[in-house]
Amino acid sequence: MNAVVIGCGRVGSAVAKGLQAAGWDVSVVDENEDALTRLGPSWSGGFVVGHGMDVNVLERARVADADAAVVATNGDNTNLVIGQVLEKRYEIPCVVVRVLDPARADFYARRGLRTVCPTETAIAALLDTVSETVGVSGPVAP
Amino acid sequence: MYVVVAGGGKVGTNSTRTLLEMGHEVTLIEQRPDRFALLEEEFGPVVMRGDATEIYVLERAGIARPPDLLLAVTGDDEDNLVISQIGKESYGVPKAIARVNDPRNQQHFDLLGISLTVSATTSILGLVEHEMPEHGLVRLLRLQREGLDIVDIQIEGHSPAAGTRVGGLSLPAGSRLISVFRHGRTELTEPSTVLRPGDQVLAVVSEDAAPALRKALLGAPKS
Repeated sequence: MNAVVIGCGRVGSAVAKGLQAAGWDVSVVDENEDALTRLGPSWSGGFVVGHGMDVNVLERARVADADAAVVATNGDNTNLVIGQVLEKRYEIPCVVVRVLDPARADFYARRGLRTVCPTETAIAALLDTVSETVGVSGPVAP
Repeated sequence: MYVVVAGGGKVGTNSTRTLLEMGHEVTLIEQRPDRFALLEEEFGPVVMRGDATEIYVLERAGIARPPDLLLAVTGDDEDNLVISQIGKESYGVPKAIARVNDPRNQQHFDLLGISLTVSATTSILGLVEHEMPEHGLVRLLRLQREGLDIVDIQIEGHSPAAGTRVGGLSLPAGSRLISVFRHGRTELTEPSTVLRPGDQVLAVVSEDAAPALRKALLGAPKS
């Protein structure tokens, strides 16, 4: 199975390594050549330097053969556009897009895009942790 | 009418100024504090500070009214695409015009259904084509949805089509000649129309067939 990861930051690089460890054939795209170091010395997958909006770059990363794609550059709108291009133009069956803004993540999720919003996850985890620590009844009045 | 303009660069600022002069109601959204301050001096409460790709910012700008027209003219193509999609699909804005900064991104706008686009580079290249007649085939109008171009072709003395009846030309599939302009008059082409040097021919052609049409009428391009 082939996967493409667009954006090789903290999230993208870890996802790429995770997929490779799970047996996927992974190609990574990042604008910055130095991002390759995040994948570690044992990286044996593909790495293409370029912008994910550039179809030549996408095609060099073999998006046409991809079974899955994860889009996690540092720009929400960039991710949303690339994600839709990968779905509509290259018909990749599983495209997952990281979107930090909960409102935009929700808007595009309702239109059928698979979005993951770390901000939502963080908010829920923070609230849960507080309520678990203080108790479900909330703060006790002095 | 009511217009929301996203992006207070040169395009957004000049569009806002002109729309206001025409008597329209406008809200201009600009994110950068330095630009916002300058714009506020000129436009006062017409300008709003914020990221126009944030839904709450668009809502404060009245996207839910909705505006009659949305201009997505920031310097970022991704932003312009997302702003147009949110406006059209979530708030039913009837018309969104998006600026394409990098012409290579035009295909993404087409793919994602943002059909009204403007690109300075493409416009300038269109003028270059128009001013360089040896190019042969000048695109007058692109019908985005149909994938067709209306083109203008000047028949030259050495063109293989000169002296030939339209019915006798072997034109590529996906092309039709519409009319011939000669001696100040336009005639719709018939199979019996004979093309002559100096004729200006209007044709409708699918994007793929344009090079073959040029070749059929004008021969191989000069290098």
